[in-house]
Parts: sequence; structure tokens; C-alpha cells
Amino acid sequence: MRSDAPALERNAAERAASTPVATSTVEAAPKRRRRDANGADAGTGRPPLALTIAAIAGLAFLHLPILLIFLYAFTTEERTYQFPPPGLTLQWFEVTWNRADVWPPLFLSLRVAAVSTVLALVLGTLCAAAMARTRFFGREQISLLIILPIALPGIITGMSLRSAFHVMDIPFSTFTIVLGHATFCIVIVFNNAIARFRRISVHILEASADLGANAFQTFRYVLAPNLGSALLAGGMLAFALSFDEVIVTTFTAGQQSTLPIWMLQELVRPRQRPVTNVVAIVVVVLTFVPILIAYYLTRGGEETAGQGK
Amino acid sequence: MTALTLAHGTATTAAFLPVRGVADRISDLFWRRPRLLLALLLAPPLAWLGIVYLGSLAALLLQSFYSIDEFSGLVVPEFTLRTYAELFRPSNFDIIVRTVTMAACVTLASAIIAFPIAYFAARYAKGRWKAAFYLGIMLPLWSSYLVKVYAWKLILAKEGIVSWAFEGLGASAILNAVLALPTIGGSSLSTSYIGTFLVFLYVWLPFMILPMQASLERVPRSMLEASADLGASSRQTFRHVILPLAMPGVIAGSIFTFSLTLGDYIIPQIIGSSRRFIGQAVYQLQGTAGNIPLAAAFAMVPILIMLVYLAIAKRKGAFDAL
Repeated sequence: MRSDAPALERNAAERAASTPVATSTVEAAPKRRRRDANGADAGTGRPPLALTIAAIAGLAFLHLPILLIFLYAFTTEERTYQFPPPGLTLQWFEVTWNRADVWPPLFLSLRVAAVSTVLALVLGTLCAAAMARTRFFGREQISLLIILPIALPGIITGMSLRSAFHVMDIPFSTFTIVLGHATFCIVIVFNNAIARFRRISVHILEASADLGANAFQTFRYVLAPNLGSALLAGGMLAFALSFDEVIVTTFTAGQQSTLPIWMLQELVRPRQRPVTNVVAIVVVVLTFVPILIAYYLTRGGEETAGQGK
Repeated sequence: MTALTLAHGTATTAAFLPVRGVADRISDLFWRRPRLLLALLLAPPLAWLGIVYLGSLAALLLQSFYSIDEFSGLVVPEFTLRTYAELFRPSNFDIIVRTVTMAACVTLASAIIAFPIAYFAARYAKGRWKAAFYLGIMLPLWSSYLVKVYAWKLILAKEGIVSWAFEGLGASAILNAVLALPTIGGSSLSTSYIGTFLVFLYVWLPFMILPMQASLERVPRSMLEASADLGASSRQTFRHVILPLAMPGVIAGSIFTFSLTLGDYIIPQIIGSSRRFIGQAVYQLQGTAGNIPLAAAFAMVPILIMLVYLAIAKRKGAFDAL
């Protein structure tokens, strides 16, 4: 397999260097480090420099555009996207606050997100409860069915619903928006819930039954407290997803305007660019909060009862 | 034993009572017939997904076999393959080829950029850094799609930060030379394929990182040690141990990047040239053109491509990495 002899020697040196005895000697340690800096090492010790740079550059690529939006919300330039901004001002926040056309879409979005989240919470949790530990015929197909609404492009969900409304002559309404949103939110709740169901030890459920609790009491006093934070996290994420959704919504909303649709219209035909900037950062802040809460709710997992094996 | 259960409180009292309520009897039934409980739990979500989602997909499929009367512009509800045949007209087929090419490029590029981030987060980030990395990937993933697209409109605009940076570096000539390239160039970055590609890459990148990181985290350290013990160089370990084990994650991530690019119509509409992608074609056909059958037939294209893609991914074990 190995063709070159020098490589063999280098490996031998590396292996020797990584044993505790060799690293304790003064000469061996720096040599090893220098070699690691050149190529990827086996995943122990310090990361190669090139990898660190690539990883940090990648993260910067992910974050700088969002930070830029914050800068633009304060620009005094109204007609173009000039960089750097000629001056900074706070006036656009006031202008946005007084714009009547921003508020109804915001409220519609909040309402749709709230209803969709509740529906997704119920349906997703039921699904997760059924599928967490059981094996049955068709289980694979069901899990495929659940992820399909997000695995297939949103335009398909949107176009399908649009076709169905067309075939069945259903007029567009808040309800038609919710139908679409709840469908793709189910999988978000499902994923969070099933992960928690699998972490909850089956023994505490058995213990509950042994102590005489019926299924509903076990749910109320044992399962629900353990599931709570996962469901809250799933709900938060579902809310953020629904609040932000635009592709499916454009097919199911008809003439109604959710906040993302309002933004899309402003993007296609800008009226007052700084107002869009302000709405954009409000949306960023509004979605970051539930995501951060969801993160703190699901991290670790030490709080789950019955973990010890 | 008794003392222990008594100490436990409310939940136990039922065990000592001879009178059994409805709840207890239902619980007994569930215990004896676990399938019944399973069916009850699954019925509502399956009904929802079955009726709303599969029903709609069926409606889509049905409409794609209809056609439109060229004179009246009305939908003719009769089975025909004519609408599908229209997909192969050069102007329509170009749209499909263009979209699939873009999806492939975006997937490839995001795999390359995602790998160092995922690898670093999985192998080297510890404690606080691990959390920072996780949030650093999750926040862009979950933050508003439209805001992200909008940010790129600001960045790529002619008077925006990219042009400014190139000018500041005295490298405007390079930018202009890139924009002068045929096909991928344009009058500015925000009206070129390069712009569309960058935004797609940016928006879908986190979807690639997360499954990749998950599968890299599952590579057992003992295997890396075994590889080193057997004399493999770090490069060989990477090539023959880490990469094959990370592949399911890469494929899982590529499902998202590929599928999302195939179906998106907003990014190419806002940033890109006037040449259309599948998503735009679907949107315009169902909206202004009123040709729902052709829109439906167009929408079937990503479905078919993704079904093939998912079948391959499943065989490669990517579903466990989702």
C-alpha cells in the first residue's frame, strides 16, 4: 500500500514523538508540532494552522453579511447601497415605526407562526412518541414522509398546495398559509422530541408504572416534565421557521402579506431602502431570540432524568 | 419496599385503591394492546401529512398530466403527456440544465468550504469553543432567509462593499475582468451567475456543515490511533479512514444543498441574470402565465431528481447521518 520509504520513516518518527516518553524530551516535541502544522494530523493535539484559518474564514463568511445589515440600518444614504455609508443616523427607526404598512404583515406573521407552532407541537410530539422506541411495518416510510416537506424544495410544497387549492376551489386565507407552515414545522418538533424521547430512560417509565401510575399519570408526572424543554426548543425553532418562511407562503397566501412577503416586495421593487434595512434587523433580532433560547434549553442534556445506566 | 413507594407520594395512591377509574382501564388496554396506543398516537400526524401533504402532491401530479388549451388559455382536464413533452423544448430544457448545473456547483463548493469548519468543530473545538462553533453555525442557519439574501444584495451592489474593497486594493481591473467573462459574468456582481452562486453557497452552507460535523464526531478516536499504529501517515489516515467515514454526512448535507438550490426561485430573482431557474419558471407559470399544468410538470422535475438522489443517498447510508 505504501510506496515510498521516507514516508515510513516519517511515520515512525511521528509515532515515537506522540508517545508520552518522547514528548517529554525537549527536542522531540517541537519537531512534532512543526510537522503537524504542515499537514492534517490524526485529530489529536493542536489543529494544523491551515485548518484553523480555513475554519475561521468559513465562520467569518457566515457572519459578516448579517453584521453588515446592522450597519446599513443607520446609513444616511437613502437611494443606493453605497459603502461605506456617508453618515449615520437613527431616524429610520422612527420612520419605520410610523409606517402603517409594516404592522399588519408583522401581526399576520406572528399569528400564522403561533398557530402553526401549536399544530406542529401536537402532531410532531405524537409522531415522536410513537416512533421513538417501537419497530413496526412502514416505520421507515413514515419517517421519510415526515422529513419530505423539508427534504423536497419548498417550491414543491408550495406548488402542490396551490394545485390542491385549485382543484378543490379553496379560497386563500390565513388558514391556507397555516396548512403549509404546520406541515413543514412538524419535522422540526419531531426531531427535537424524538431525540429527547430516546434519552429518557425507559426504566423511569417502568418505575412509574410499578408505583401504580396509569399511562396518563406517567405522562403528566414523569414524561411531560422531562420532555418540556425539548418541546419548548422545538416550538421555538418551528416558530422561527414559520415566521421567516417565504417560498411556500407566496403560493398559499394569495393577496395577503406576511412580513417576509412584505420584505420580498421591497426587495424586488424598493420603495424606501432604509426602512427595509430596519425591518431586516428587527427580523434578525426577533429570530435570534427563540434560537438562543432553544439552544440553552437543549444543550448538554444532564437535566434529563433516568440517564444513569 | 412499601415505605419507599409510600414516600413517593401522589402517583402511588392509585395502587392501593381498589376502585379503578376510566384512566386506569384505558392504561391497561394500552398495556395489553401496545399497537392500539401506537395507532392512536400516529393517526393525527399521519392524517395531516397524508391529507395535506400527500394529497397536495397527488393534486400536483394530477395537474401535470393536464394541458392548457392554447386558444382559450383554460386548463383541459384530460390525461395527456403533452405538457411533459413541452419540458423538452429547448427553452424549457435549458432552464432544467442550468438549474441542475448550479445545484451541482453549489453542492460541491459548499462541501469544500464546509469541511474545514466541520472538521475543526468536530475534532479540535472543546468546551467553550465547541459551543461557540455550534452557535456560530446555528445562528446563520436559522436567521431569516430573506435577510440573508438582502444582505448579499447590499454586498454585491455596484456601489457596495465588494466593489469598494476591490477599489481600495487597486484591483478593480480584476473584478471587471471576472465580470467580463462570458456566461458567468454580467454588468455587476448582483446581476451575474457568480452573484447567484455566491448567495446560494452562503445561504445553504450551514445545511452542509451540520450533518458533516455530526458524522465526523462519530469517527472513533481509536480508529485514528489504529490507523497511525498501522503506519499510515496523517494524510493517509485522512484519505482512507476519516474521509470514507465522513461521506454519509457529506451526502446527507448534499441532499439539502442540492434540493434547496433546485427549488429556489427567490435568490435568482433578486440576484442574478434574467435567465430563469426551475423555481422561477414554476412561479411565473402558475402566477402571471396561469399555466398550472406546465408549472406542475416543471415542479415534478426536482421531485424526480431528488427521489433518485435520495435513493442513492439511502444506499450510501446517509439517512443515519441526517
